[in-house]
Amino acid sequence: MTSFALSPERELEFEKILSRYPNRQAACIPVLHLCQEQHGWVSDEVIQWVADRLGLSSAHVKGVVTFYTLFNQQPVGKHQVWVCRTLSCALAGSDRILHHCEKRLGIHAGETTKDGKVTLRTAECLASCGTAPMMQVDKIYHEDLTIEQVDAILDRLTR
Amino acid sequence: MLRQTKYLSKHYDVQDGHRLSVYERDGGYQQAKRALQMDRQALVDDMKAANIRGRGGAGFAMGVKWSFMPWPPKPDRPHYLVINADEGEPGTFKDRTLMEKAPHLVIEGCIIGCFGIGAHAAYIYVRDELHLSKERLWGAIEEARAKGYLGKKPFGIDYPVEVYVHTGAGAYICGEETSLLNSLEGKRGEPRLKPPFPAQYGAFGMPTTVNNLETIAAVPIALEMGGDAFSKLSDLHNIKDGGCRLYGVSGHVNKPGVFEACVGLTLRELVYDLGGGVKHGELLGVIPGGSSCPIIRPDDVVDAPDPKSPLHPWHGKSALDVPMGVDTYRALGTMLGTCCAIVLSDKVDPILAFHNLMRFYRHESCGQCTPCREGSAWIFRILDRMVAGQATLEELDRLHEIADNIMGNTICAFGEGTAMPALGFLRKFRKEMEQSIRTKGKSSTGVLAP
Repeated sequence: MTSFALSPERELEFEKILSRYPNRQAACIPVLHLCQEQHGWVSDEVIQWVADRLGLSSAHVKGVVTFYTLFNQQPVGKHQVWVCRTLSCALAGSDRILHHCEKRLGIHAGETTKDGKVTLRTAECLASCGTAPMMQVDKIYHEDLTIEQVDAILDRLTR
Repeated sequence: MLRQTKYLSKHYDVQDGHRLSVYERDGGYQQAKRALQMDRQALVDDMKAANIRGRGGAGFAMGVKWSFMPWPPKPDRPHYLVINADEGEPGTFKDRTLMEKAPHLVIEGCIIGCFGIGAHAAYIYVRDELHLSKERLWGAIEEARAKGYLGKKPFGIDYPVEVYVHTGAGAYICGEETSLLNSLEGKRGEPRLKPPFPAQYGAFGMPTTVNNLETIAAVPIALEMGGDAFSKLSDLHNIKDGGCRLYGVSGHVNKPGVFEACVGLTLRELVYDLGGGVKHGELLGVIPGGSSCPIIRPDDVVDAPDPKSPLHPWHGKSALDVPMGVDTYRALGTMLGTCCAIVLSDKVDPILAFHNLMRFYRHESCGQCTPCREGSAWIFRILDRMVAGQATLEELDRLHEIADNIMGNTICAFGEGTAMPALGFLRKFRKEMEQSIRTKGKSSTGVLAP
């Protein structure tokens, strides 16, 4: 047994997710998202909990977690910033956006600020090529970015 | 010939265009209601006549794919419709506009698609990052369900249909259909060997059709118009590439964006008429349909003296003037892909562009097959050295060799998707690369974003 448990509201969502599929395994990725939303990252306790509830081996769930880039295998900052750096964004100056973020936050891509507020990452193509450069902050896309806009966004996050 | 259309994007600029009330005001869901009362074979035949070539990149004929499903469905072998909205091919941003601005068109397409292939459930696989898209699709499903258009008896007709949104978790490879199916089943998104094909053994081991999201969105439009009339919208109707589609253009153009037009637009029209022309200088090259498609240079001339070649009508003309079609582009030595072009101006260092894309493929290779996993990393490492001015001419030849050894030696098409654009850059920019190596990188502009 594990020390992890979903909140009652998320427990309802868990049941709803299960009802969509012909077997429990198929719920694995959506349920991992649900757990990460609550816990911030996917710990070994979360993996064990998902395995127990879906009738899977923890090795299977761990295999899934390590395959996909969006599951955090360590604790992350309160906010997550992804700067897209693939070609269309790079042609529009995403390197400048990324360097500016690194300078402003005092960290490199892949790291979290000391106060735990922001994790900065690079992303591969986020389907926003016509409105490049762009960055994703938590669930929100910020497109057609200028350095001034980046400053305003980072101001809000680090306040 | 440039003929812009407004079928898929009908409600893109309309207030509340994503809501059921607006969609229904213009006749929405009438085709789904009609389809559920049609003879199944007649529906499939009409869709075959529409010549909708898959909009996800491979360009397979949708109606033909539907007809591969075993018929009649066996009670213990339920069929599934799976919609691929894992939009992640660099340069591609068209499906997202449909999900955000026309979700009901997608849901209506799913209802018709389910009936066409004998399924009662459709899963729309959306990449997790597209939060607004997921929200809009779920919203549309809720609205349609509340009206009784989904559920046990859609429109009061005894043919249950459910539509669900399923999310990925960040993996480009899940856009490959069998990898997507594994991901849908709650597994690592590693591609499966084919055969068996999804029509026999797909989602949950059951007969499955996987269609791209834009492909399924074209279905209600084609059905309303009649398959043949829809196909004839296209300049390439005679080579079975029909209808209208979404085009995207990004990179160094004055007006990047998604545009709808008939099939058969030329790259010149996309870049100069719709995209507003090249900015930051003259045109260096265009990656026509997502990053896996080999780059085209403006001085590429069509060489097709054989009257039997689909390219013969354009023999001696610029490659930019060939209509963008699945077969015309294949004959040109590139691919139509997703029809979303990336434009590079002559201020761009092509080696840096090549380096950027190969970093992407190295990052996204799922690691299952050795030629792709190792090959994509080797290519990237050599390019890293080239960018730093440390590569040798011998390594330039090695790039060819590595790419050649990926081709045809992997389970899925990701391997070709890496090797083909690599070979494209190597062929089209050989001189620039040789010069860069000789001058230890000094001949390169070192610029991606002027």
